[in-house]
Formats: sequence, C-alpha cells, structure tokens
Amino acid sequence: MIGILDLGMGNLRSLSNAIDHSGFDFQVTENQAAFDDFTHLIIPGVGHFRAAMGAVFDRQLRPQIRAFAASGRPVLGVCLGMQLLAAVGTEGGEMEGLGLVAGTVRKLELGPGLRIPHVGWNSLTKKKDHPVYEGLKQDQDFYFVHSFAMQCDDSADVLGETDYGGPVTAAVSHANVVGFQFHPEKSDASGLKLIENFCLWNGKC
Amino acid sequence: MLKKRIIPVQLLLDGRLVKTTRFGEYRDVGDPVKSSRVYSDQRADELVFLNISRDQPNVTPLAEVIAGVSKVAFMPFAVGGGIRSFDDAAFLIKNGADKVVLNSIAYRDKEIITRISERFGAQAVVVSIDARRAPSGGGYILKSACGTVTEDITLAGHIAACEAAGAGEFFVQSIDQDGTMAGFDIPLIREACRSATVPVIGCGGSGDYNQLRDAFLETNVSALACGSLFNFSDSNPIRAKAFLSNYGLPFKVV
Repeated sequence: MIGILDLGMGNLRSLSNAIDHSGFDFQVTENQAAFDDFTHLIIPGVGHFRAAMGAVFDRQLRPQIRAFAASGRPVLGVCLGMQLLAAVGTEGGEMEGLGLVAGTVRKLELGPGLRIPHVGWNSLTKKKDHPVYEGLKQDQDFYFVHSFAMQCDDSADVLGETDYGGPVTAAVSHANVVGFQFHPEKSDASGLKLIENFCLWNGKC
Repeated sequence: MLKKRIIPVQLLLDGRLVKTTRFGEYRDVGDPVKSSRVYSDQRADELVFLNISRDQPNVTPLAEVIAGVSKVAFMPFAVGGGIRSFDDAAFLIKNGADKVVLNSIAYRDKEIITRISERFGAQAVVVSIDARRAPSGGGYILKSACGTVTEDITLAGHIAACEAAGAGEFFVQSIDQDGTMAGFDIPLIREACRSATVPVIGCGGSGDYNQLRDAFLETNVSALACGSLFNFSDSNPIRAKAFLSNYGLPFKVV
C-alpha cells in the first residue's frame, strides 16, 4: 500500500490517479494512523514551505515521518514535498524542514530574461544511477512549477539537475529517501515511469 | 533548457466541447475526456479548459470534467470560466486542476488573486485576458464576461496590477482572431510579453504550423494555445512540434 500524505496543499488527485494508473494501491491520509500499513510514503504538495511545514508541526507529524524514513521504507517528496525533505526552508522566513536531506531551500536566482516561477517542461540531467531511474534516458523532460529550489550540502545527494539560468536541483536522494522538484504525475510517460519505479523500489540503492 | 509549450484549448458548454468563432457561433466538437486522452497520446504539453456557459452559476460541472480528465491525461491542467470566489478555485484545484484561470473577476477583485497565490502558489493563478484591437488602430481594448463587457484599463496596466496581486501566468487571447485560423495577433502577444515578467500563453487564430512558428520566433511567448487547429484539422501536437523543431524551437522529449 502506497501512502499519500495530504497536508492540504494542492492537487492530490493527479498523483493518486497516476499511482492507480501504474497498477498500485494507495491510501490518502492526513495523519500517521495508517503509517504502519504503508510500504511507501509520498509527500506531495504545492504552495508555501512555511504553510506546509506548519501543517506538519500542527499535526505533530515531523517525528512520525522521520520514523517512517528511519524504518528503511521508501519516502518520496514531490515538488514542495521534496523541499520539505530539506533541513531548512527560507520561504516566508527561515524554518526547520523534515531534515531527511541535508540542504537549504532558497529562492531561485535568475539571470536577466528568465521568468519566475520556473514553469514548464525542462530536461532532467541524471547525476547518478538510482533504481527510480530504471529505463529512463538522459535529458528527458519533466514538468516543473516552482520558485524555490533545494541546495544540497552534499553533492552526493543530488540525484538530478535541470538548467534554468544555471544548474537547479531537480531531484535528490539520500538512502531510502528521494525527492523530485518536478511533478512526475504531470510529466507524461516519463513521469509515470518514475512513479512506477518508485512504487517498485525496496528502498535500497 | 526550458521548452516551449503547445496547449490544446478546450471550451466547455454544458459538459460538451465546443469551438467558437470570435467568441460566438458555437460548434460541438466532442467529449472532453475522450479528446484529452487523444491529446495526451499526441504529447500535448498542457491542457486548458474554459467553461463558456454563462447560465451555470457554479464550477461543479467543470470539476467533474477535470476529475475525469485527470484519470486519462498526466499533464498540467489549467481550468477556468465562471470562477467567482476563492472557494471555487480551491474546489477546482482539489478536483485535479493545477492552475485556475481567472478572467472577469480579475478586473474587480485582486484580493482573490492574492489569496489563491498565497495558498497554492503564484503558478496556480493564470489570468486570462481577452483583447480586441482598438477600432481607431493602435492598442487594445480588454473585454470581460466572454467578450461582452468592455474594461477601462490598458493591457499593460492590467498585467501589472494582476502581477502585483500575485498572478503567475497570463493567457492572452485575441477575440479578433478567435476561430478564424488566420494566425495569431503577434503584436498583442508581443505587448503582453513585454508587460509581463511571468510566462505568457498566446491564444487565438491558430490555423497552421507556420503561424505557430511565426508567433514563437517573433515574440518571447512561453506557450501557444490552439483550438481550431486541433479541433478541425488533422493537425496534432506531435506534428506541430516536429515541424517547429526544424526552426530551432525546443520541445519536450518524453
């Protein structure tokens, strides 16, 4: 059973449909009650870091999510959900994140002529091999919508990058935790492949 | 590198797809869920749904369409037409919309832009602007309520005000060109791109791939939305991108 954590931030229907389409059972949950039933946990989200972490703290979910990750089961953060994996966020003021990937989420620094938010299809440059990349080619495109991005403390945690006025962290991984800045559930066949790979993953690299 | 986008635009009237000419003369062109499945297979980059039914006071039918489409198409959806409140927008997003499209209300209530933007992010707020060329020549007249009400603000002024309120994207449509298949209003798109610092989607007038090429090459537009081109011809997004790639324009690889 794939667990989808509903923090009240954005559209979960597409992600649920993508998991269903890929042939896996899922359950959407707002708290940790069902965590024991889950083989995998997905943290989606669109919106503000501060609002989302606020929801995590309000429901006292931070230790529960960290315990889930410590159990070795795969955890996936999508878009804002990936940013929440970081140690620190800065959107709306500095704030503690889930601390599952060492790094800080900062506003994109853009050169002249580039527009914020970074919206649209951009290529994913794989920075290392990983089970979730099974069957994916180098530089396939994924759908991004974001104004902030994670900067990893350890470059070994950078799973993929995209180019938007310079390299931007597009995917991270640390042990059994992965994060995608883009929306795999909105990224056509390549995105569905990533979701399928994650759902099949046992958390080991 | 960020890719250009090609977006089939689908107009909804009582749950059916229709196509207009200059915002009138509706023609039925099918079922939105079935067509969206086809557009997905044809590697469209995004889908825009606009409800043009004026006698429906709520967004429930739109949400039902999106809920169906989100089972068969895995790409972003921008949805609008008749959004009157923050709750309408939140309801559509909960039902599968990634972005909501605001038009008439964006002239009167900037607060709704700000509220949606603060809750779901600026990228979730697309302000749609319907424009007609000024009869005197030079400049544009903005129209709300499906082209029936004239707004007393310039294109640049409206774009700046909406951006300040938190809009993350503009959908700029030429009423003059709508459904004519005579090509985009390139000066309109250019002016919108010059005024906006967020991405601009151009719409209205697509009839062949050369017109897409011209609009992409002659403006900084991020995306072009097409109705008639895909509704009425055997053109499709795959062929459009194959053609446009010959001119150095970048599109997604999946």
